[in-house]
Amino acid sequence: MKQRLKTAILLGPGLGWLALLMVVPCALIFTYSVFERGVYGGIDYTFTLENFRRAADPLFLGIFLQSAKIAGLATLIAILIAYPAAFAITRAPRRWQTALLILVILPFWSNYLIRTYAWIVMLNREGLINNGLAAIGVIEEPLPLLYNTFAVVVGLVYNYTPFVVLAIYASLNRINRETIEASEDLGAPGWVTFRRVIVPQTVPGIAAGGVFVFVLSIGNFITPDLLGGGRLQMVGNLIYDQFLSARDWPFGATLSMFLIALMMILLFAQAMVARRAAREAAR
Amino acid sequence: MKTGKVTRMGSAVARVSAVAAVSVVAMSGAALADKIVISNWDGYMPADLLEKFTAETGIEAELALHGTNEEIMGKVVAGGGEGYDVLFVSSPFAEALNNLGLAAPIDHAKVPNMANLYDEAMQLSHDPGNTYSVPYAWGTTGLCYRSDMMDEPTSWNDLLSPSDDLKGKVTMLSTDRWLMGAAALALGKSLNDTSDETLAEARDMLIAAKQNLLSYDDTTFYQKLVSGEATLVQAWDGWCNYGIAENADIKYVIPEEGTDLWVDTIVVTSASENADAAHAFVDYVLGQETGVWVASNILYKTPNQKAMEALDASLLEGFPNMAMQPADMTRYEQLRDLGEGQKAFARTVTEIMAAQ
Repeated sequence: MKQRLKTAILLGPGLGWLALLMVVPCALIFTYSVFERGVYGGIDYTFTLENFRRAADPLFLGIFLQSAKIAGLATLIAILIAYPAAFAITRAPRRWQTALLILVILPFWSNYLIRTYAWIVMLNREGLINNGLAAIGVIEEPLPLLYNTFAVVVGLVYNYTPFVVLAIYASLNRINRETIEASEDLGAPGWVTFRRVIVPQTVPGIAAGGVFVFVLSIGNFITPDLLGGGRLQMVGNLIYDQFLSARDWPFGATLSMFLIALMMILLFAQAMVARRAAREAAR
Repeated sequence: MKTGKVTRMGSAVARVSAVAAVSVVAMSGAALADKIVISNWDGYMPADLLEKFTAETGIEAELALHGTNEEIMGKVVAGGGEGYDVLFVSSPFAEALNNLGLAAPIDHAKVPNMANLYDEAMQLSHDPGNTYSVPYAWGTTGLCYRSDMMDEPTSWNDLLSPSDDLKGKVTMLSTDRWLMGAAALALGKSLNDTSDETLAEARDMLIAAKQNLLSYDDTTFYQKLVSGEATLVQAWDGWCNYGIAENADIKYVIPEEGTDLWVDTIVVTSASENADAAHAFVDYVLGQETGVWVASNILYKTPNQKAMEALDASLLEGFPNMAMQPADMTRYEQLRDLGEGQKAFARTVTEIMAAQ
C-alpha cells in the first residue's frame, strides 16, 4: 500500500503535466476540427466534417508529402553527418570527449532565428558563398542557393544534427567494448566489425535521433518561411497561416490532427525499434 | 502598413506582456482606475510617449505589443476586449471590431486635437466622420525598384509577369490583402471583391506569378533591393523609404492601375472602463509632436495636417512619396472588412500559398 502511494506521488506531477498540456490541448484540437470557422476567427459551433474533406484535397496532401520528403532528406543527411562525428567523439581520448560534446551543442547558445538568418547572409545571391566563389573565379553567375528546397534542407540539417550526434553518441557509448574485441579476436576486419557489431547496437540511437529530426523538421515553419522565402510551404506553415492569418482555426486544427497522427505513428515505430533492440541485447 | 513576419517572434513577448497587463488591471481594480492599457506594434510610437503622457495628464498607461493585426484581433475577439483600452489596428480590422460591437464610439468633444487632421482624414470610407476610429498613419502600396538596374515600372503586370531579366529578382508581400490586391488591381477589379470569378482569376494569376518570385517578403524586401538581390518589389510606401534612405537609386512608384489607401487607426475598446482616460490618450497622440515623430522616424505619412506641415523640407525631398497630398491618396480605394466574404478569400489565399 505504502509502495503504491509512493508511486502515485511520484507519478502524479508527470501525469498531471501530460494531462494538462498534452491530452487537453489534443482534445481541444479535435473538438475544433469538427466545427465551422467564425468570420473573425474563433469557432462557430456548427458541426461539420467539411474540414476533413478539405484536408484530403490533393493540394494539401501534396504539401504533406513534400514536407515529409524534405524532413526525410534532412533526417538522412543529419544521420550521415552525425554518425561519423559521434563515432569520432567516442574514439577520442576521454578528457577530450566532454569538450567535443560541448562544441556540438555550442550553436544552441544562440537563438534559432539568428542562426537561420545567418544562413541567409551566407547563401543569398550577394552572400558569402556566392561572392567567395565568384572572387576565386569558380562561378560567373551567382548560384541560386537561397529560397528553395536546398536552403530549407540545409537549415534543418544544420539546426538538428547536434541532437542526432548526441543520440548516437549515447548509444555508441553504451556498447560493451568486449563485443568489439571479441569480433576482432575472431578475425573480423574493421568494417565487418563496424557493420555487424557496432551499427546494429546503435540502431536505437539512430532511430531516436532520426525521429527527433524528422518530427521537428516536418512541423517546422520558421526555416521554410525564411530560407524557403515563403514560396515553399510545409505543413507547419500551412497550419500557422490558418491560425494567424486566414483565421480558420477549425481547418488549422484539422491539419494539426493529421500531423499529430503522423508523429504518433513514427514515435510508435521508434519505440518498437528500441524495444526489439533491447530484447536482442538481452538474448 | 505595420505588419510582419519577423514580429511573429515578438508575439510571444507581446503575449506575455498582454497577459501581464490583463492581470495587473484585474488585480488592481479600483485602486488604479486611471490606468489604461494600450496595444500597439513594437516601435510604432515614440518610446517616451507614455511617460510624457502620464507626466502631462496624470493617467497611468501601460503598453502591450502585438505583432500583427490578426494577433490582436484574435485576443480581443476571444476576450471581448477585456484588459485593453486603446488598440492600434489597420482600418479593415477597426471596421471588424466595430461590426462586432468591440469598438467604442469616439466622443469628439473629448478629442479636441481631432482638428489637427486633414479634412480628407475625417471622411475615410471605412468610417466617415471618425465615429469609432481615428486615423494614425496612412499611405499607399506600390512598386519599389532599383532605378539604376531597370526602367521605371508602370503596371502591376510588371511585377506579376516580369520580363525575363527580372525573373527571380522580384518579391511580393505575402500578407493576404496586399498579395490579392496586386492581382485585383491588375485585373481592374475592386480590392474588396470576393466574388467567385474574381477570386479564381486572382488565384490563377498569383500562382503563375509565384514561379517568378525570388521570395515572398513582408519585412526585408527593401534590404533585398539595397543588396541587389532583388530589383523590383511590392512595397508599402513607408517601407520603400527605408530602402531609399540607404540607396538613392531606389524609387517608389504607384502603377497606372492604382493602389490601395491603407490607414492604420486608433480604436477605443467598448470594454474600456476608463473611456475618458482612453480618449485623453487618443487626443494626446493626435498632437503635432507625435505626428512629426511618425513622419520623421517611421517615414510614414500621417493624416495629421499640423504635423505634416511642420516637417523638414529635406524629408519631403529625400522621400518624394512623403509629399503626396491627401486628395491624391484618398481617390484610391481602401481595404474594407470583407465580412462573410473573408471565408472564401482566406481559402483562395491558402490555395495560392500551398500551390507548388
